[in-house]
Amino acid sequence: MRFRGRAKNGAPPAGAAPPPAAEPAAPPPVLVIDALGRKCPIPIIMLAERIREVPVGQIVAVLADDAAARTDVPAWCRMKSQDFVWEETLQQGGWGFHIRRTY
Amino acid sequence: MAEPSTPGAAGPVSAEAAYFDAASAEPPHPAARPALLEALDAGWADPARLYGTARGARRLLDRARARVAGVLGARADELSFTSSGTQAVHLAVLGGLRARQRVGRHLVVSAVEHSSVLHAAEAHERDGGEVTVVGVDRTGRVDPGAFAAALRPDTALACLQSANHEVGTVQPVAEAAEACRAARVPLLVDAAQSLGRMDVPGGWSFLAGSAHKWGGPAGVGVFAVRKGTRWRSPLPDDEREQRRVPGFENVPGIVAAAAALEAFRADMAADAARVSSLVDRIRAEVPRAVPDVEVVGDPVRRLPHLVTFSCLYVEGEALLTELDRLGFAVSSGSSCTADTLRPSHVLEAMGVITHGNVRVSLPRGVRSADVDRFLSVLPGAVDRLRRTALDHVETGRRSRP
Repeated sequence: MRFRGRAKNGAPPAGAAPPPAAEPAAPPPVLVIDALGRKCPIPIIMLAERIREVPVGQIVAVLADDAAARTDVPAWCRMKSQDFVWEETLQQGGWGFHIRRTY
Repeated sequence: MAEPSTPGAAGPVSAEAAYFDAASAEPPHPAARPALLEALDAGWADPARLYGTARGARRLLDRARARVAGVLGARADELSFTSSGTQAVHLAVLGGLRARQRVGRHLVVSAVEHSSVLHAAEAHERDGGEVTVVGVDRTGRVDPGAFAAALRPDTALACLQSANHEVGTVQPVAEAAEACRAARVPLLVDAAQSLGRMDVPGGWSFLAGSAHKWGGPAGVGVFAVRKGTRWRSPLPDDEREQRRVPGFENVPGIVAAAAALEAFRADMAADAARVSSLVDRIRAEVPRAVPDVEVVGDPVRRLPHLVTFSCLYVEGEALLTELDRLGFAVSSGSSCTADTLRPSHVLEAMGVITHGNVRVSLPRGVRSADVDRFLSVLPGAVDRLRRTALDHVETGRRSRP
């Protein structure tokens, strides 16, 4: 049990639905936003600004290494009715969050 | 309805600033001050000694214990005073586990407990114990069925807060207590956020609270052990406080805490509905006045005085600083973890936005005009910060130096 200072590859929060562990049958992203090294909320701001650059139905990925993004990206998708597809763990540290633009 | 008097001049509330952080510390109740001063003069001697001055201090301490126990629904001999709510929680968790070592070393906690509970749980785990964390739903509420299902034959202790300190959601303590009773597992109820504001839920084996949350002085916590519950101190032996809490009692602080609790509870009985309706107004108005905002926590099963919302695209600490500049003392789920640079474990467990978070907790006698002013300045404050954040993204600078 680690409620704070969780390891980068640690378990997801107890209450949240765990993101898919492996890459699902989703197409690759047509746009990758690099927010590595940026603190939240900047990855979310970048995502909100640039999601309209991909066509509806296509995938945008955000790369981030602020652990808050693991909660904030899915929560943003829920609030904005976008489709959170999956979370990948990056080899260099951090995560890639894949989102399908719904509108 | 007439506005109740504002907190006394001794409180931290100035005429200009509105204090909306009662969940961190309720401004001192006016009843606490004379009680404290009187007991400083009359209650300084060692209550463990036998001469007249000492017996006087003992009488003050006993009377305060009886008064607090009355509000808690406990017997006086079940109640001990600690130096803080955190110490009360640590003693309850570690001592409750220690007393049942032979049964097992399994501990159940909710994911949204106060950090004092979770840090004690971590200490137990480092010591070879096992911990099950029960998750919460989007409102921060524990599912009583999931809590019951986490109890095992080797469970030594279970912990559930009365209400959440960050989002105000009231937990199903009665159901959890029933499940614990059936499984013969002692239950610690951390009631720090609700004591004096709401009735203490029954069915606890251990109860913890903190006086500065009800308008008493800092440095006084309460720790109750229900008759018949096994408990063994995790600390070296000491005679004080039914052998539960080491060290010379803070008699003046305890006397002031007791006076404050009785008076605060009476005030809340009269004023909680008005305060709660102000919270309802904030809950309704904020999403109307500010775009891209989410009010979190249970809208109905909640503390009367507390509301939390998250504003997208804004850094929480920047928003708190801006609101401070505008004359509002508020807190944030992100601010208390600023030292660790981690998101709030409560917001994370709920799966809600962890940035741009503001916790408003209204003190006794809060003026509705101050709430109006808060609602009128908030949209502009959020808008200014969003523009700034956008500039920083474009120029590639960090949002804070």
